[in-house]
Amino acid sequence: MTIETEVLWLDEHRVVSLHELVEISGLREAELLELVHSGALPVRDAAGGTYSFSARVVTVARTACRLRDDLDLDTRGLGVALKLLERVHDLEEEIARLRAQLPGR
Amino acid sequence: MKYTDYYAALGVERGASADEIKKAYRRLAQKYHPDVSKEPEAEKKFQEVAEAYQTLKDPEKRAAYDALGSRPQGEEFRPPPDWARQHGGAGSERFSFDDVDFGDLFSRFGARESMQGQNFEVPVEISIEDAFRGTTLSLSLSMPEYDANGQLRRVPHTVKARIAAGAIDGQRLRLPGKGGKGFQGGRDGDLYLDISLKPHRLYRAAGHDLYLDLPLSPSEAVLGATLEVPTLAGPVSLKVPPGTSSGRKLRLSGRGLPKPRGGAGDLFAVAQIVAPAEPSERERELYRELADNSSFEPRRHFREEGT
Repeated sequence: MTIETEVLWLDEHRVVSLHELVEISGLREAELLELVHSGALPVRDAAGGTYSFSARVVTVARTACRLRDDLDLDTRGLGVALKLLERVHDLEEEIARLRAQLPGR
Repeated sequence: MKYTDYYAALGVERGASADEIKKAYRRLAQKYHPDVSKEPEAEKKFQEVAEAYQTLKDPEKRAAYDALGSRPQGEEFRPPPDWARQHGGAGSERFSFDDVDFGDLFSRFGARESMQGQNFEVPVEISIEDAFRGTTLSLSLSMPEYDANGQLRRVPHTVKARIAAGAIDGQRLRLPGKGGKGFQGGRDGDLYLDISLKPHRLYRAAGHDLYLDLPLSPSEAVLGATLEVPTLAGPVSLKVPPGTSSGRKLRLSGRGLPKPRGGAGDLFAVAQIVAPAEPSERERELYRELADNSSFEPRRHFREEGT
């Protein structure tokens, strides 16, 4: 069976609502809001009390959901874990960028 | 199907208490969780541990598992005929174990209400050329799907996905509803593609930028040159300014990977001065003459104090 399919880019150009993020990530709204307030989930726009996010955040929220389910972390633990993972990710990206500039042979 | 020893996976005795099982799981889950672990084969090990825990933490599933008896790990076997009836609940009379993975045997427990289909995450490697031009992937996946009894079965699927130009290393794509099918009205799961770029013979990618080594002869480096360099869109002419040292990055604006909403990264040609390994006698002579007449001091700063 072959399925031709819709492909959504999880990048900064695409915007997802809080409602969508709840549906996609598996986290509850209250958990997402707590992560937002702790600074672990960056908000793109908070106008009129309605939150929207860059689609990049979908990956972060899904990771949070896995960590909650698999490691039994509470929201505070998730906030810390996400911030550390973000730092690791930024450092890995920086290393990759520096490596790319090193002569290949 | 192949028997899996769940107690061994968690490193506990068959008679272990629920608390011992939970502790063993937590220890191993923290060690191997793919989101935090750098252990080799973390993902595979975590899946084994999680599968074991999913079954052993639930008294009903654990009883059904124990009723299969203790067997050597990996032994080919089929559950006894009356096992599904005794442990599977309603709808199990015409039950067959064809296309059922061992790990999915216990999925029917608690499968009475509607359930969302499973999300799937698949790593995909594409070439830098494919990232530049865009490509269509054809992925053959074996996806677990609930049958009418709530039993998970592996169903082969081919998913075709058009990846537009502009993907970079670490780009994630979501294919809504293309994961596992939902059960009794539950929504279908999603498929996620985790893109990485294959190493390339010439280019190294960093985000949308590309780096290319540009070997230069000593005379090209000193005198400057106009060279032809390869780009993903074909060769272009590059002006190397006189006095170019190794490590200098010459930017070819917009010649990197395209960005999904227009524009493109840059291509950096990184100068590398290369000495001829076997110069001719005449070349040697000229270099000697150059050395005798040159006032160039590349290591002057070694002598300077207080800087």
